[in-house]
Amino acid sequence: MLTLKHVGKGFQTRTGRVEVLREIDLTVEPGEFVAIVGFSGSGKTTLISLIAGLLQADRGVIALDGRPITGPGPERGVVFQNYSLLPWLTVAENIGLAVDQVFPKWSRAERTAYIDRFVALVNLTPARDKLPRQLSGGMRQRVAVARALAIDPQILLLDEPLSALDALTRGNLQDEIARLHQQERKTIILITNDVDEGILLADRIIPLTIGPGATLGPSFPVDIDRPRDRKALNHDPAFKRIRKEVTDWLLTTGRRRPPLASPPISHEPTSTLAGAHR
Amino acid sequence: MPNLRRFPLDWLILPLIGCAIVLCLWSVTSATWAPTLPSPWQTWVASKTYVLEPFAKRGELDQGILRFAWYSLILVSKGYFLAILIGTPLGFLLGMSATASRMLDPLIQILRPVSPLAWLPLGLVLFSKSEPAAVFTIAVCSMWPTVLNTAVGVRAIPQDYLNVAKVLKLSRTKMLWKIMIPATLPYMFTGYRLSLGIAWLVIVAAEMLTGSPGVGGFLWQEYNSLIYEHILLCILTIGLIGFVLDRLMSLVEQRFRTA
Repeated sequence: MLTLKHVGKGFQTRTGRVEVLREIDLTVEPGEFVAIVGFSGSGKTTLISLIAGLLQADRGVIALDGRPITGPGPERGVVFQNYSLLPWLTVAENIGLAVDQVFPKWSRAERTAYIDRFVALVNLTPARDKLPRQLSGGMRQRVAVARALAIDPQILLLDEPLSALDALTRGNLQDEIARLHQQERKTIILITNDVDEGILLADRIIPLTIGPGATLGPSFPVDIDRPRDRKALNHDPAFKRIRKEVTDWLLTTGRRRPPLASPPISHEPTSTLAGAHR
Repeated sequence: MPNLRRFPLDWLILPLIGCAIVLCLWSVTSATWAPTLPSPWQTWVASKTYVLEPFAKRGELDQGILRFAWYSLILVSKGYFLAILIGTPLGFLLGMSATASRMLDPLIQILRPVSPLAWLPLGLVLFSKSEPAAVFTIAVCSMWPTVLNTAVGVRAIPQDYLNVAKVLKLSRTKMLWKIMIPATLPYMFTGYRLSLGIAWLVIVAAEMLTGSPGVGGFLWQEYNSLIYEHILLCILTIGLIGFVLDRLMSLVEQRFRTA
């Protein structure tokens, strides 16, 4: 179970300090699929980097099963926005790099069989020995997902994995992610800028307000039965309701910038000494 | 010059035409305003023995041209490999550590422009004998492109690759060999290629000053004997060998193409 309590993160820039995230509170149960939707530049990648352990929070605690997270590790698999495949390794070798790290004592045969299973899981068996530059964007992203799953992580963190793809490929990969979640029952946190994608895939959607000083809004549960059919969803009243609620929240509350520095000056008499005429 | 359409063997014929133009200019120059400059034909006549018996050995400084070239190449390879053996780790250090970079960068910028002709006397002071001095000079002069290009390459490694290494908790050794070196290889090879060019340049100067047998030594001796035809022969040889070395280097680079 992943917990974030009062997490905040800021960066030092040339013009001063920028608080990117503040008061982030989140609890994710095992096996849950959570989607975090937000505006561009609101700090979504910062949030996922914090959970992945690639960045350290300035305030608050991030804990996995009660133990605070101090750094990255294979129990939190990450699929980066830019795939991050090593260009000089084939598909199988890229996945193999991860497998070797997590299962160093396996025999060659075990290793190869395991890698092949994951290559097949993302439907890339014919491209097993190809280099990333020979693959399309969608295929590269599938390799990234296979690599992240092959380390058998407790949590899978997806940082806008489909943003760089065309709509058709995006649809295909959304279906694959949904299928993987059904099959492997992993805890998944998906960062996306597409509300529809969140509703299609997740158990609940949490909006992230606009930055700087972004914080998480309320959870919107998605109580639509699985498997969710994309075409049928368009006519589903629950889908429309949730989509309206989340979008409205993002565009109203979510868009309001939080107060920056000191609390607002109160014009009401608060002192108990003055104005004691009751 | 308007672009001609491609025709068969144009990669051979066009350079030959270029050479022919140069030969004409050369003949005209030696026939008119520089009478002491030997004409192409005179050069050929005087150099025939050296070219047609390239591996002959008649005396220490009277050998076939390819024998001379061979001595030079041996000396160059010693200095060059020393340069890349020291330069590559130094480049990695500079790329990985900002502190090391700030500490060593001004020093490198000061040492870089120093000519081989200035390093050689220092080499002789340090090592007394001419061969180690020449190897030292070649190494010090040709090291810098390797160092600087490798450092640039290391700094240019995308943060994403390093994040992958962090998430997988790769050990420092594995991160170096499996990620950093393959990612930096193209930059390293650019450095190696430039370093080779400089090393070959330096060998001529080094041999001239130490009188070692080799193309440079031969050239200096013939200058002192006023046999100008042989100077021109040496120039041509130096140029051709430099060209061949560069070509070989680019073949090796192709073989190791990664990112």
